[in-house]
This record gives sequence, C-alpha cells and structure tokens, in this order.
Amino acid sequence: MKIAIPVNNESENPDIAESLGRAPFYMVYDTETKTSKTIYNPAQDSPSGAGVKAAQTIVDTGAKILLTIRCGDKAFEVLDGAGVELMEGFVGTAKENIDAYLGGKMSKLETIHAGHHGHGA
Amino acid sequence: MKIAVLSGKGGTGKTMVSVNLATVAAPSVYVDCDVEEPNGHLYLKPENVEREAVEVLIPRSNPDKCNGCTECVRFCRFNALAYTLDRLKVFPEMCHSCGGCKVICPQKAITEFPRTVGYVESGQSGDIKIHTGIMNIGEVAGIPIIDRLSEKIPEAGNVFVDCPPGSSCSVMESIKDADFCVLVSEPTVFGAHNLNMVAELVRTFEKPFGVILNKDIGGERNPSEEYCLKNNIDIIGRIPFDRKLGLLSSEARIAVAEDSHFKKLFSEILDNIKEAAQ
Repeated sequence: MKIAIPVNNESENPDIAESLGRAPFYMVYDTETKTSKTIYNPAQDSPSGAGVKAAQTIVDTGAKILLTIRCGDKAFEVLDGAGVELMEGFVGTAKENIDAYLGGKMSKLETIHAGHHGHGA
Repeated sequence: MKIAVLSGKGGTGKTMVSVNLATVAAPSVYVDCDVEEPNGHLYLKPENVEREAVEVLIPRSNPDKCNGCTECVRFCRFNALAYTLDRLKVFPEMCHSCGGCKVICPQKAITEFPRTVGYVESGQSGDIKIHTGIMNIGEVAGIPIIDRLSEKIPEAGNVFVDCPPGSSCSVMESIKDADFCVLVSEPTVFGAHNLNMVAELVRTFEKPFGVILNKDIGGERNPSEEYCLKNNIDIIGRIPFDRKLGLLSSEARIAVAEDSHFKKLFSEILDNIKEAAQ
C-alpha cells in the first residue's frame, strides 16, 4: 500500500507541507517495500486549479492513503472519486505522520475547505 | 465615441459618473460591464427589458471512446480536467471554453455542451439605451458576458462603458474597444495606489485617458491629484465631496436630471473628455 504526504523538500525526512495543492513535493511511502520516493508537484505555481492538478498527480502515484493537514473541495472531489482515503496530518515530519498513521493514531480528515478559487479569474 | 469608465478601487464612483455622463450626453448608450454587481440599471430604470442567456461550451467525454490517455488533462492550462477510475472529470467553472481538449483528443471522445453563465438585459430609458451584463452567482469568470455586451455596442454615438473595478482580465475586456478611458479616483492613499495600477493598464493598451478626481475636498491633500501631477496625467474633472450628490446617489437618482448645478458640472466634464479624446 502506498501513502502520500505533501512535503516541503526532497530530503530523506522532510516536514509535511501545510498546503496540499501548493506543496512543492509529495512523498510516497510504500508500506510493503518500506521505501519512499519524492515527486515534484507540477501544480505548485498554477495560476488556478492547483488543487485539481495536484490531486491528479497524487492519484497517478497509485497512493490509496493521503496524510494532509488541509484539502480543498475540488482536490477532494478528484481524490475521493479515485478512492483515495484522506487522513488528518499534523505539523511535523513526514516520518512522524507515517508512524502515527501506521500506529492507528490518526483520524480521518473531516473538514474540506471551500478552496481559494475565483481570484484573478 | 466609446468612453470606458474605470477605477482601480471599487466604490470610487464609476457608476455615478457613468450614468450622469450618459444622461447629459443623451441620446446615448450605457453598457454595464460590472457583471458581478451591475447597478447602473438602478439609476437608469430601463423599460421594455429583453433578456438573453449567455452560454459557454463545456466538454464532456464519451467513456466508450475514451482510452484514458489523459492528453486532454495534460493539455488543459486551467486544470479543469482530471482523470480518475477510468473516467474524465470536468470542473465546469474552471473551464475557459477554449475547446483545446476536444481538438487534442486522439479518440475523438470529447463533445461540447452549452452551459449558461449569465445574462444580458437590454432596455430603454428615455433617450438612453441600456445594456446590463449579469453573471450568475457562483461563477468566477465574467469574460463571456462582457464579450456579448461588446457585440451590442454600436459603431457610432455616445457610448459609456461602466467597467468592473480592479485591473484584471474583465477590465481589459471591457476597455478593448474604447476610444477614451475615464479613470475615476478618490482622495485616499489606497485610491491613488489603485489609480496607478489602472493607469498602467490603460497605458499598456495605448488608450488615451484622463482622471476625474471624485469626492475632492478643496484645500485638503488629495493623493490621487498628487499622483496625476507627478505623472503628467490630465485631470479632466473634479467632483467635490458633496452631501447632496451623495444623498441623490444613495437614492439611485441621477443628479444631472434634478439639479442644474450638477448638470453644468457633468456637461463640462463631457466637453473635457471630447476635447482630450481628439
């Protein structure tokens, strides 16, 4: 099973990124091989629709779990439609978040914000 | 002559200036491009109003033809498309109706369907023809409605285009065909800052323009006036801060139609515009 997390940099144990759509990278952790890889988020500088594009990137990694602090409504529509489960991440490192999830100490993300769309349209 | 009335900041008096100029210039045409909040019709009270829908084309994918290559998703610059679980998902309000996805699809799986984003209402008030653009609540882009309004503008005659606030795409669309731009300002630092933004915009479009100093308090510092003087920008009118004008406007009454003092003031501004536009 693959777990995705928005992260701030490409290091081995980066911090979780607070924004989902505008995060610079996503870390994808594979629970079977216990390895992770970091991919670039092509949506981070999109003038609009970053959430949709970012969600597509996450879906394409094959991850079925997403640990995130926040998620907008359009990204949620894409992720939910693809069967990705959203868990509520916390400020800290990616490893701390993965350990909390695998230890059963993380709850589902309940709040989906209305997004930031409509500016400069 | 087509005169666009704009301002960086909202609430500086675009609509008040537009309806009063359209009234002193009658017979005239008043076009409300402030499609998010059109309110010129409150002053002008058009009659015999006809309403037409403004539609845009939105893609839809045929799942029997789509093979999931995602060319369309990668092509879309507005990120209006996503592909999950063997089907294409469209976010209609993100779509700019460019039609690119339909062109690029190797499977010819995409067709387009109309979606109503707003309306144009056309009516008459005395010698003034009124066209109002109205965007549906929840929509984010007014350009298709402004486009439709542009088609209504006659080649000849006195046309006043009441623009949206700011300096974004919808303002650019509104001033596209203008012969002259009137920038309405207010005497605040914030107002001067936004006046600068919109002055840069009309310069980029190479439009002749002039500034109206609205809510001007004689003898007090006016940052917008200082900006004009510093940058050699024509001041084509000065509307004093006036309780009576404020009261008339708050009741959606047209000052020039009720008070000879205001009629004279706006007639002079109109003359200045005509002179500056030559």
